[in-house]
Amino acid sequence: MSRQKLVVIGNGMAGCRAVEEILKRDPDRYEVAIFGAEPRVNYNRIMLSPVLAGEKAFADIVINDEAWYRDNGITLHAGRAVTALDRERRVVVAEGGLEVGYDRLILAVGSDPVRLPLPGADLKGVVTFRDLDDVEAMVAASADPQAKAVVIGGGLLGIEAAYGLARRGMQATVVHLMDVLMERQLDESAGFLLTQAMRERGVETILGAQSEEIEGLDGKVTGLRLKDGQVLPCDLLVMAVGIRPNGALAKAAGLAVGRGVQVDDAMRTSDPAIYAVGECAEHRGQCYGLVAPIWEMCRALADDLTAGEGAYQGSVLSTRLKVSGVDVFSAGRFSGGEGCEDIVFRDAGRGVYKRVVLEGGKVAGAVLFGDAADGNWYFDLMRAGTDVAAIRDTLIFGQAITEGLAGLDPSSAVAAMADTAEVCGCNGVCKGAITGAVTAQGLTTLDDVRAVTKASASCGSCTPLVEQLLKLTLGDGFQAQVGPKPMCKCTSHPHGLVRERILSLELKSIPAAMQALEWTTPDGCSSCRPALNYYLLCAWPAEYRDDIQSRFVNERVHANIQKDGTYSVVPRMWGGMTTPDELRAIADVADKFSIPAVKVTGGQRIDLLGVKKEDLPAVWSDLNAAGMVSGHAYAKGLRTVKTCVGSEWCRFGTQDSTGLGIRLEKFMWGSWTPAKVKLGVSGCPRNCAEATCKDVGVVCVDSGYEIHVGGAAGLHIRGTEVLTRVATEQEAVWVICALVQLYREEGWYLERIYKWMDRVGLDSIKAALADEDDRRALYDRFAYSQRFARIDPWAERVAGRHHEQFNPMSRRLEFAPA
Amino acid sequence: MNALVKPPVLAWVDVGAVTDIPRRGARRLPSPAGDVAVFRTGDGEVYALRDACPHKGGPLSQGIVHGRAVACPLHNWTIDLATGHPTGADAGKGCTPVVPVEVRDGRVLLGVPAARD
Repeated sequence: MSRQKLVVIGNGMAGCRAVEEILKRDPDRYEVAIFGAEPRVNYNRIMLSPVLAGEKAFADIVINDEAWYRDNGITLHAGRAVTALDRERRVVVAEGGLEVGYDRLILAVGSDPVRLPLPGADLKGVVTFRDLDDVEAMVAASADPQAKAVVIGGGLLGIEAAYGLARRGMQATVVHLMDVLMERQLDESAGFLLTQAMRERGVETILGAQSEEIEGLDGKVTGLRLKDGQVLPCDLLVMAVGIRPNGALAKAAGLAVGRGVQVDDAMRTSDPAIYAVGECAEHRGQCYGLVAPIWEMCRALADDLTAGEGAYQGSVLSTRLKVSGVDVFSAGRFSGGEGCEDIVFRDAGRGVYKRVVLEGGKVAGAVLFGDAADGNWYFDLMRAGTDVAAIRDTLIFGQAITEGLAGLDPSSAVAAMADTAEVCGCNGVCKGAITGAVTAQGLTTLDDVRAVTKASASCGSCTPLVEQLLKLTLGDGFQAQVGPKPMCKCTSHPHGLVRERILSLELKSIPAAMQALEWTTPDGCSSCRPALNYYLLCAWPAEYRDDIQSRFVNERVHANIQKDGTYSVVPRMWGGMTTPDELRAIADVADKFSIPAVKVTGGQRIDLLGVKKEDLPAVWSDLNAAGMVSGHAYAKGLRTVKTCVGSEWCRFGTQDSTGLGIRLEKFMWGSWTPAKVKLGVSGCPRNCAEATCKDVGVVCVDSGYEIHVGGAAGLHIRGTEVLTRVATEQEAVWVICALVQLYREEGWYLERIYKWMDRVGLDSIKAALADEDDRRALYDRFAYSQRFARIDPWAERVAGRHHEQFNPMSRRLEFAPA
Repeated sequence: MNALVKPPVLAWVDVGAVTDIPRRGARRLPSPAGDVAVFRTGDGEVYALRDACPHKGGPLSQGIVHGRAVACPLHNWTIDLATGHPTGADAGKGCTPVVPVEVRDGRVLLGVPAARD
């Protein structure tokens, strides 16, 4: 029987693997010819990244050398692009007019890299990242030690390209349209860690960046201009923004082509003699750009071509990043969704973040960063649809631990552990060391064990295990420890420890804090996020970028939400003083915007109630024009300074209480604090400004100023305690600012001053302020922080900041939603 | 047919780009039947609910979005974005209607009943 002629167009990974699979099944059935557009043997395209990085040579990534073609009797037409298919005559036509006939034809023509149609895209030095020629061009560009590279696209390929270029000594920057790197594979937490890891490897990242134009000089690229006007100088610009299945040849031949060449489950195109496989194929509406699905397609295709029954069912995807020392794995519905449940594990010491998503008791997806060893295990569980209810508690710790403990109840599992088994990974403490220390040194508490062995003293993730060991060793002598209350259900850490770590570990963003402190949820909750946002703002006033999505609505829109969803607006009146012009402006605003209620507040301000949200910026604009700024009546921050008229008018006044109140308010406004802070300054002990029920109060006396702290007139009614007495107004300002700064640094989020005072004790506050240098340092930190805080948020929003907060998403719908 | 099955959505209205909604945030959308809140989670998933808490009608679009839930700005009830049900201590106390929403090619589409003839 004469052999059938099989022609493969495409000498890439898909084409060659298809041939290998066929030869494996039936080596004598076909006479094979392969056409390849590149003048090379078949190589492993996904390993181009290590070649670029200089970690592998081209020879290392060749899959099939010339001997393979020869030994298997395959004719290779390398460097010959196929120009047409003649389906009538069953002939392929290649460059130079070469014609080769076929009985069966496989299209494995892959995909083309997408080139963004930016102005300047044709300049020299603008490349894609697809084949060895691209790699060679990039390597050549990196020869200049000063050279800079910009990579457009923060997906898998873009990151690998940037890493490779950085390894070659270039300064590389990734420009990504989205706000998370590899957003198709990573959630925000993992994306954040990746951004950090790339920075450590010399790759900067600009997120949310839209490229506008590629700039050049003398026909050569000089930089990339972003939509915000920023120009990134570069000598090499790599576009890694995706791939487009190559369907041109098939389309010209009249085959059905959608996004790719459409195939059935046997990988047959609309012409049963022609198959398509790999990145050029579209199966059930899906095109694939990863290697695993391509292998699966090749197997189905080979089955069909040899046994007449190929059944490709589509692929479930998993991804691994090929950057040395950065372990990243992602599969399935890594970001959860309806009906899903998250299990999150973080190990700050090792830079690990793991998130396994369960749905209906089965693994629906996983994203792993820093330790991806169990990726395949999760992937297998996911594909097999294994019910994981029985191993749920240990699932996140991986296969070894889960299978090691299978079938044992927790305490017997702990009992069964070998003495040499490691319990605390951070400090390398094994079981025997812990039980030995407990017995030999008579340890009885977790803290004892921590102090003696260091087990559970770092990340704390082994705490339950250490407690089990204590219990096991001590028997009834063990008593569980009750520590300080955690901040919320997302963490085991109390407020104080979180604040301390933010400073000592220099954590400067919410994702950084959640990772380092091993939060057990992906993005916190409505309780911890505002707290972290405040703690970071307080710790790093110059550097921290406020996260408005972690603020309560009032602080997000700078007004107070009311029961009907309207807002109230309170302009600042320094020390409670106002002018006829201000009052006229307020009256005009109330008329102009039909504001239904105007009220005088307890803090000596005027409240405009019932303002529609979309009117807020216009209301503020008019108030700004009359010289008024936000009164922060909505803020966990400095609210009002209430004053009496003092020595200026009052026959009993001893000091200028109004003047001091105005001075304090003008210096302290805009500051954020753990909870609201209200001040009062009374000009004499008759106390008309009610200073002794304020958070901080001043009572002027003939000899100077009494500084009071810790009053309240809300849920609780509390008189203040006297903190100190000072002789001059200047000293009063110093002491009050130092006191407020101490509260800012020590208070727990939402803890009013009087509660903070109850917790730490008035004596501790007095002691912290007693020393002049300490007091001065606190005052200086407050003053420094105020440099960034005394900015009118209303004026910023009138100028357009966060405009999306005030406008509906689109015009009014014409129909009611279903 | 199961009587509990919702009437089919017959038309999809493009209301904007996914990126118009801040991550871990929401946007409000006026409609003749009252406002709709369109949410985007930290994971980038999009959900839509009537913009009214089952408790006192608070505008959920103004709440803090965390995980797949939103905390109502008025009294801090936590509402599941996928089901509209309160969670935690307030579970079982009413429900906010879910609005059909889909994301196609980066656009947010809201389901509306087709106009009657």
